[in-house]
Amino acid sequence: MDKVTRLASENGLVLFSKSSCCLCYAVKILFQEIGVTPTVHELDQDPEGREMERALMRLGCSAPVPAVFIGGKLVGSTNEVMSLHLSGGLIPLLRPYHSMC
Amino acid sequence: MDFPSTQFVPSRIMGTYQPIHQIGMWGENFKSIGNPSISASVIVEVDNKLENESETASHEMPAPSCKHDQEASKPFDKIQRRLAQNREAARKSRLRKKAYVQQLESSRLKLMQLEKELEQAREQGLYIGGGLEAGHLGFSGAVSPGIAVFEMEYKHWMQVQNRQLGELRTALNAQISDIELRIVVENGMSHYFELFRMKSTVAKADVFYVMSGTWKTSAERFFSWIGGFRPSELLKVLVAQLDPLTDQQIFEVCNLKQSCQQAEDALSQGMEKLQETVSATLAAGQLGQGTYFPLVAMAMEKLEALVCFVNQADHLRQETLQQMSHILTTRQEARGLLALGEYIQRLQDLSTLWATHPREPA
Repeated sequence: MDKVTRLASENGLVLFSKSSCCLCYAVKILFQEIGVTPTVHELDQDPEGREMERALMRLGCSAPVPAVFIGGKLVGSTNEVMSLHLSGGLIPLLRPYHSMC
Repeated sequence: MDFPSTQFVPSRIMGTYQPIHQIGMWGENFKSIGNPSISASVIVEVDNKLENESETASHEMPAPSCKHDQEASKPFDKIQRRLAQNREAARKSRLRKKAYVQQLESSRLKLMQLEKELEQAREQGLYIGGGLEAGHLGFSGAVSPGIAVFEMEYKHWMQVQNRQLGELRTALNAQISDIELRIVVENGMSHYFELFRMKSTVAKADVFYVMSGTWKTSAERFFSWIGGFRPSELLKVLVAQLDPLTDQQIFEVCNLKQSCQQAEDALSQGMEKLQETVSATLAAGQLGQGTYFPLVAMAMEKLEALVCFVNQADHLRQETLQQMSHILTTRQEARGLLALGEYIQRLQDLSTLWATHPREPA
């Protein structure tokens, strides 16, 4: 729990992912298209990956990855990020933490 | 035309009986034939093309002569009336025949289309048996109850959709209040959301079925993107029908278009990555040595992600519709829904036309 919370608050935009996960890859592409760079933690490459997965599930994520945190707060998975972006809410949320062109 | 008042002579008495394939009806093709001294002579012909009425008419024909004897005062009016009724009946009969033939024609087209689709389904190994009987399970194709249920529900969904489009059309032309229009619009939106729910259920049973879009017509499949329309395509069709938009609305629609496009691109690239991953997994090791089951099993695990992508694509479609409903007025939304529904109908008509269009043999 702590590691996830700690990592989540270290940067403005944090993405928990797995290198083999294609949906996570889609979320990375989305951020790229918007012009922001998330801090990515690949759980399959982290020795404590399993524990972090469980922690993320406990936080309420239906799937452990992809999990997006903005300003230390959990935004959600692909569904939530897409909805937020289409409603126009994603970019304003990111603005304090990222200089965007 | 001047009619003699009471005199009427049946054609056979006159001896100038015309062959029955000739001319038209009394009043339309009045001919006084032969002896000019018989001012009252008329030839009454019955239009032989009359279907239901020919018998009645021929029964009618001798009657005037009887009536002439019995009611000397106004046989002429009765004749007129009866012949007018004949004409009307004949006209209605012709219309019925025309409608019936048109129905036969469209049924024929539909039958051809259905046969073609059945053939395609058989080729793809998606043979849906005569029902859900387990006895139809065969090696050439599998019966999936989930698919059978979905196809039944989709047929019903289409019927409701067409009915709702009619309601939208009526509502937009009538002077109904915004509140009433809101209800019609909400029904339309919920109906689409219902489809997404149905697709989500069947995707769990067989995601390839959803990806192939078998339940849709061929032209719809042509535009398929991860199991349905591109959200940006939906937007394009909607927005084209919506002038005039306020400046604020134009701004919001623009933003929505852009976010939609970005999300679409992200999912597309994710799908490409998925293809690469599955392909790489299957191609690992040495090819040409026979199949290696663990690799196939691994590839299948990776393929599970396809269900997520299909769900995400539908989620994107739903979100696009939702956002549009926030931006638009009720009336604009009604027009947009109607436009979208008619666009899909045109695609379906295109598919039918394509299927029945004569082509050079291969």
